[in-house]
Amino acid sequence: MPGIFMTKCCLSNRLRLMHELSVCQALVTQVIDIAQQNSAREVLTITLHIGPLSGVEPALLVNAFPLAAAGSVAASAQLVIEPQPLRVHCQTCGADTEATANRLLCGVCGDYHTQLISGDELLLANLELMS
Amino acid sequence: MCDSCGCNVTPGNKHLAYKPIQNGGSAVSILKKLLAHNDDQAVHNRAHFNMHGILVINLMSSPGSGKTALLEASIDALKHEFRLAVIEGDLETENDAARIRTHGVPAYQITTGSACHLDAHMVHEALHHLNLSEIDILFIENVGNLVCPASFDLGQHRNVTLLSVTEGDDKPAKYPVMFRAADAVVLSKIDLLSVLDDFDPAQAEHHLRQLASTAPLLSLSARKGQGMTVWLDWLRHELAAQRAHAQDGATARPHLQPNDTDVNIQTGFSS
Repeated sequence: MPGIFMTKCCLSNRLRLMHELSVCQALVTQVIDIAQQNSAREVLTITLHIGPLSGVEPALLVNAFPLAAAGSVAASAQLVIEPQPLRVHCQTCGADTEATANRLLCGVCGDYHTQLISGDELLLANLELMS
Repeated sequence: MCDSCGCNVTPGNKHLAYKPIQNGGSAVSILKKLLAHNDDQAVHNRAHFNMHGILVINLMSSPGSGKTALLEASIDALKHEFRLAVIEGDLETENDAARIRTHGVPAYQITTGSACHLDAHMVHEALHHLNLSEIDILFIENVGNLVCPASFDLGQHRNVTLLSVTEGDDKPAKYPVMFRAADAVVLSKIDLLSVLDDFDPAQAEHHLRQLASTAPLLSLSARKGQGMTVWLDWLRHELAAQRAHAQDGATARPHLQPNDTDVNIQTGFSS
């Protein structure tokens, strides 16, 4: 778990990890609830959908997960993160195109009146449970 | 491999060890927002605000871009027109709440310890220290941070993000999640533009529009009183709109909350 127990890491990194830890704690709470509802004794895999505009960094989430999951039914679960594509719908010309996180313009006509179709996901997609 | 305790299973081979799912295993498809618990609390907070006809503004920016100074100038300009209150978020100290109180409005300080953002539960706790029936506009000054606060809905009606001219004009490109979430962007400290030759307001707006943002860009200097009228009128307009919404039983929400997909739970067993 690089970064977590380092004493000399810079403040911003430590704060940043706090953010992912908060997200992980919310994740583990949900996973435990669902495991109980399904009478599972162990969670095998947890699959997340995370988009580039979710505000969460997948690598930091993976680092924070063991801390949040320790001692729970999800303690030995494998965390699988499926990155989601960034796509926008243009309200001017109607095209659906790929975009990047800081350039969400229409790929066809270049207009900025676009809506995000995909790319801000922060979703618990599915679990594999052992009952 | 030992089948009873799993001692041979390492992070590298775990995916092989557990697949395919054995008898007794099951797959559950969920598609639930990871921050659903926070979001539920935020909906609850927003219902409280709407019940009392309060407009709630979430102020976000990097540390030192002038959130507290903007609040002080706004309070001085509006405190005889509206009943104002402030929730302050910082890692440590009561300093900002104390600054606000000297302007004659109630302020409650949340100290987050090491947490880099406010969440809906912290704000709910703070609400117990304010008399909501005596507030028209509640400002929440989030922890100074251009990253994490954007991910947590607090129950606010509008997000305002500050960008001071002492920062780089490409901040919207560097922090797209934060600036995309803004319902209004305040360009602060514009009185310093004359001595800063490396900040171009047009470039800042260009980077903001590249995020498909249609948010108004309000240029002002809270300390010198420049450009405050447009900001104050924006607040007046938003308060009137929020009250109209609340009377209709609807609610104003930030134009965009990250991952605002509908919660949809499906369960399917594979064995």
